[in-house]
Amino acid sequence: MTKKKINIQHHILIPKHIKLSEKEKETLLDKYNITLQQLPKILKNDSAIQNLDVKPEDVIKIIRKSPTAGESIFYRVVTNV
Amino acid sequence: MNMIDQYEDKLPKSIIAKLRENIPKGTSDSKIKQILENTVKEYNEARVEAGECVGVISAESIGEPGTQMTLNTFHFAGVAEMNVTMGLPRIIEILDGRENLQTPMMEIYLKKPYSEGKNIRDLALSIKETTLKEIAFEFLLNMAQGVIEIKLNSEKMKELGITDVFLSKAISSQIKGYSTRTTKDSLILMSKGKEESLNEIYRNKEKIKDMYIKGVKGISQVLPVKRLDEYIIITAGSNLVEILQLPEVDKERTITNNIFEIANVLGVEAARQAIINEVFKVIESQGLNVDMRHIMLVADIICSSGLVKGITRYGVVSEKSSVLARASFETPIKHIINAALVGEVDYLNSVVENVMLNQPIPAGTGLPNLVTKVKK
Repeated sequence: MTKKKINIQHHILIPKHIKLSEKEKETLLDKYNITLQQLPKILKNDSAIQNLDVKPEDVIKIIRKSPTAGESIFYRVVTNV
Repeated sequence: MNMIDQYEDKLPKSIIAKLRENIPKGTSDSKIKQILENTVKEYNEARVEAGECVGVISAESIGEPGTQMTLNTFHFAGVAEMNVTMGLPRIIEILDGRENLQTPMMEIYLKKPYSEGKNIRDLALSIKETTLKEIAFEFLLNMAQGVIEIKLNSEKMKELGITDVFLSKAISSQIKGYSTRTTKDSLILMSKGKEESLNEIYRNKEKIKDMYIKGVKGISQVLPVKRLDEYIIITAGSNLVEILQLPEVDKERTITNNIFEIANVLGVEAARQAIINEVFKVIESQGLNVDMRHIMLVADIICSSGLVKGITRYGVVSEKSSVLARASFETPIKHIINAALVGEVDYLNSVVENVMLNQPIPAGTGLPNLVTKVKK
């Protein structure tokens, strides 16, 4: 598929993506007592994080709108392909 | 009411909002505190215990109502003359993560003033993919001279806004070795250079029949409909990338039912949401009642690797680290032989392989382990 530049950030299907700082990343891993590999993944070239300037091993915090909890927070680790 | 703010990290947002709404004004602080404490207690009791086998529960909860679903592939979704895959086939399609759907569809929302019905028909027509055979009456072959003559339907061309010049340009850019010439209501393609065999001319004639002329590729049918207060365009066939680039289209709400396309264009998180919406739509349309949370779990699993992976032996199951777990799903011999060839090790970290070996499984009460502090 040819990828042309489209601004899709405000699409209703896309929840908010935030990049965590190194410190926040540490506290997250400590809180749940997990390693980075155990987090769900997101590809580096995923359209939703193109303007966040991410590199592999960064953690993305995703704030989803949830019909059951109102708002739920999810984390994904950036990976290469 | 400030009291409630302190509980924001202990309770989910929806419960906080409900509390705010329902606690009457003038309730004393101590009473509010009591209410909140009790809510937190109830909430924690209602949560799933650590180690609970939620996957099995989800499977049963979706599977059982699934047996009640109609096997009807086609069903008219209220909209005239447009087929939509519904029921079990559609659920299977989504959960298997198929890339080519039986009935791809888009819902195109429009910006104002188009959403109020301005030029809606023309706009819809301009989106639809037009091939050469739709604007032609017949294709004539002149074998002796190597000439293909296309009799054109000038009325239809006018309706679609295609001019002779536009048409010959579109055709000559797609087919090599032919010169184009337009006469009154027909287009003549003449073979350049060497004489071509009959077979080749015939093959070229068949090829140009399906030649793309105008519109958005992949959109085979368009239907403007009024939904609530605005006009939207429903299409058969889907091409999200191209559609999102049109200036008339509302880029925030336009969606397709092709999960893969959504994953490519909008990212995994959007795909997860789309899976939930699509599965829930089917279940609801069948009059069944499945809790949203089960579908969310399935969608999370499908999207956990960053790509959309179906629940098949090529998708999610192939990601499992344990040989025995993979072998227990489908094609056991293939997995066991391959594992033997490369000397794979199974660390028995998950459920299935431990069931096979008659050992306690790491789920439920089998999950916690004893750890002793060694004295130094």
